[in-house]
Formats: sequence, C-alpha cells, structure tokens
Amino acid sequence: MADLVAKFAVRRGEFTAELELRCAPGITCVMGRSGSGKSTLLSVLAGLALPDRGTIALGDEVWLDRGRGICIPVHHRRLAYVFQGLALFPHMSALHNVTYGMRETPRAERASKAQALLDRVGVGHLAKRRPRTFSGGEAQRVALARALACSPKLVLLDEPFSALDRELRAQLVSLVRELAPELGVPVIHVTHSIIEARLLADHVVQLDAGKVIAEGKPDDVLDLGALE
Amino acid sequence: MNWLPLFLSLQVATIAMLFALVIGTALALLLVWKKLPLPDVVAALISTPLVLPPTVLGYYLLTIMAPHSLIGRAFHWLTGGDIIFTFKAAVIAATVGSIPLVVGAVKVGLDAVEPNLIAAARTLGASPARVLATVTLPLAAPGIIAGAMLAFARALGDYGMTQMVASSRFDGFGIHNESPASIFVIDELVALREDSARNMAIATTLLGIVLLVLANRLTRRLQRG
Repeated sequence: MADLVAKFAVRRGEFTAELELRCAPGITCVMGRSGSGKSTLLSVLAGLALPDRGTIALGDEVWLDRGRGICIPVHHRRLAYVFQGLALFPHMSALHNVTYGMRETPRAERASKAQALLDRVGVGHLAKRRPRTFSGGEAQRVALARALACSPKLVLLDEPFSALDRELRAQLVSLVRELAPELGVPVIHVTHSIIEARLLADHVVQLDAGKVIAEGKPDDVLDLGALE
Repeated sequence: MNWLPLFLSLQVATIAMLFALVIGTALALLLVWKKLPLPDVVAALISTPLVLPPTVLGYYLLTIMAPHSLIGRAFHWLTGGDIIFTFKAAVIAATVGSIPLVVGAVKVGLDAVEPNLIAAARTLGASPARVLATVTLPLAAPGIIAGAMLAFARALGDYGMTQMVASSRFDGFGIHNESPASIFVIDELVALREDSARNMAIATTLLGIVLLVLANRLTRRLQRG
C-alpha cells in the first residue's frame, strides 16, 4: 500500500505554512494549536485549496506538482474526508448519503453494500432516516460509513469527535482503530486531544505556526504528563 | 363570465416563469461563483428592470424586436413571422420583467447552502455538474421556488410592457384575439362593464392566493426535509 508524501508551501495574508510529511498506511494523528496549519494541511491534501508551490503524491500517483502544472481535481483524488461539522447531506437519507460516493461499486450492489457499512458502524437502523433526526454519535457513525464507502486511497478526519462526550468519543475512537487496518491506507486524523492521539496513532505529527515541529511514535512525541 | 383572458394570462405567465427561472438561476449561479467580469456592474444591470418604468422597458423591447431590427429580421428569416404584437412578445416582456426577481431569490437560496456540503460532495467524487444537480440546486430549492412564484406573479400582473410590445389583444394556445387579464380589467372598466371587470379582478386575486399557498406548502415541505 502506498505512502502519502507531501511537501508544500501556502501563504494566506499573515499566515504562512511550509509543511513536509510522509504518512504510511495506518493512523497519523496531526496535533497542534488553532492556527498551526492543521486545517490548511487537510484542505491542500484534499485539493480544496491550492498551495503556492509543492508536490503531493500517493505512491506513484502524483496529485499535485505545481512546478509541472499537475493538479488532480478533488473529485478524481479518491479520498474520504470527514469534516468537523460532518457535512452530511440533509436532504438525503443515511443510506443515500453513504451510496453517494460509491463510484466503483456497480449500481445494483450499492444499497446493500451501504446497508452493510451502516450495520458495521452500528447505525443500520437509521438507513432510511435523514440526518436532522440523528444524535451526535449517530451522525458521526453515518459520516464514517459514508467516508469508507468510496474505497478511499486516503482518509482525512478533521476533529470528527470534538463535539462528543467522553464515552461516545471512546466508542468512536475504538471503531476507527478497528477500521483503519482493514482499509490499509493512510488515515490522517486531526485532533486536539492527547488521549485520542495516544489511543489511535501509529504516528504523530505536531504542528506549530505552519511548520512540523516534531514527529514520530506516540510515545516519543506526546508528553505523557500532559493528560487532559 | 369570460374566462379566456385569465387562461391567456396563465399561459403567458407559466411560459415566462419557466424562461425566467432558467435564465435567472444561471445568472445567480454565475454571480455566486464569481464567474462574471465586473460583477457589481452586471448585478446592477440585472436589477435594472426593477427600477425602470414598464413603458421604458417596453420601449427598449419594441426597438430591439421591431420587424426592421436585426433580431426582428433574423426572426422573420427563420420563421417567416414577426415577434412584435404576438404572444411571443408578451412572453418575452414578462420574462424580462421577472428575471431580476428570480436572480435575487435564487441568490438568497444559493447563499444559504453550506459550503462544506459542496466540498463534501466534491471529495466524494462528484463532478461539478453532479454537485450542482444533487446538492447545490436541491438545497437552494426554497429560493428557487420563491423565485418562480415571484416571476409568475410579476408576469401575471404585467400591464405596461405587455400593452406596448404585444398590444392589448393577441392569440394564445387555443385562444384567438383576446386580452390578458390585467388589460381586460381596464378595458372592461373603460367600457363601463364594471361587473365583468370586478369578476376578473376577483378571479385573478383568488388564483394568486391559491398559488401562493401551494408554493408556501411546497417550500415548508422541502425545508422539513
């Protein structure tokens, strides 16, 4: 399975980010204060923002090379992005939300595969309902199922559990821990929580003021004393 | 009671509403996506029909579509007929008057669509056309319906422009040499047939109320999701 290799620079007014990172398949937790460049990193990797210079490649696939004028558009990158606010489509049922990104799956199999995914994350009973009726935890699970449904080559999670209480968060963290090895692709999980990072991460990247200031195994990078 | 003027008005208003909806939605999208040069000038130009007297707009349309004008001659060459003083002219006049209302309402609808939902659709592999068809337009539907209603109401009520470019009587589908309701009411009053004018006024009012109630219900249903 392919590593993600990214090196780019972005300048937006006062803010400058110069980031370089390599993520192997498994979970990379990206940590840092607000304004450290975490959201910029995800936007650039997803193709929602264009850096001023740099390259992004997933194995042999070049997604971005500003020098050579290559920029694969978002909808051709085959990634899964779970937004902070989840961004479930409010006018579609849970099932329809999950089938939305199933480009690779034959049409006839989409509904059954989506139902299986919803069952897998524990919200199969919500298939026909729309997002406005979901609790916070249920919405998170549907968003995870939707992200996994598109057979992604890269998964981006933008503080998906920040609005949940401790117990729900623990359940979802173990769900992600369980699902990541099955996907076999790089999963980049942005979080503020040291506990979350310790439970999830194979690799930790710490950002500050638009730069990588530390990276490595969780035990090496995370301050064990600084628990929440 | 003679229902034909009301039917003629309904024909003009329905077709004008559809044209205004397509053109107005496209313009609103271009404005929201910032794809137009000099957006402030374009936005002002789009709104101009709202501030001009209908007779002034009618004058411009008359000049543009007259038989000896470029458009008039091209139309004659293509179809062998004229635009001015026909049903087509009434539809064009009503459409031009309705477009700014559609642009305004649809823009409000589009601005209410959360950008993250569009980004989410793109990351899920949807092409720009699919994002538009499955996320942007369905979520902007309340604005689009409001735009359609305003366009229909504006077209149903037009008097000045229609009078100038289509005259007070023209043919519709299955209707021969009739006035639309708005002109019919005045003609009947002038001819001292007050009963007839009042009946048409009441019928037009009831029709407007019924359509507004239906549009409100549809919007509520969409918003409830």
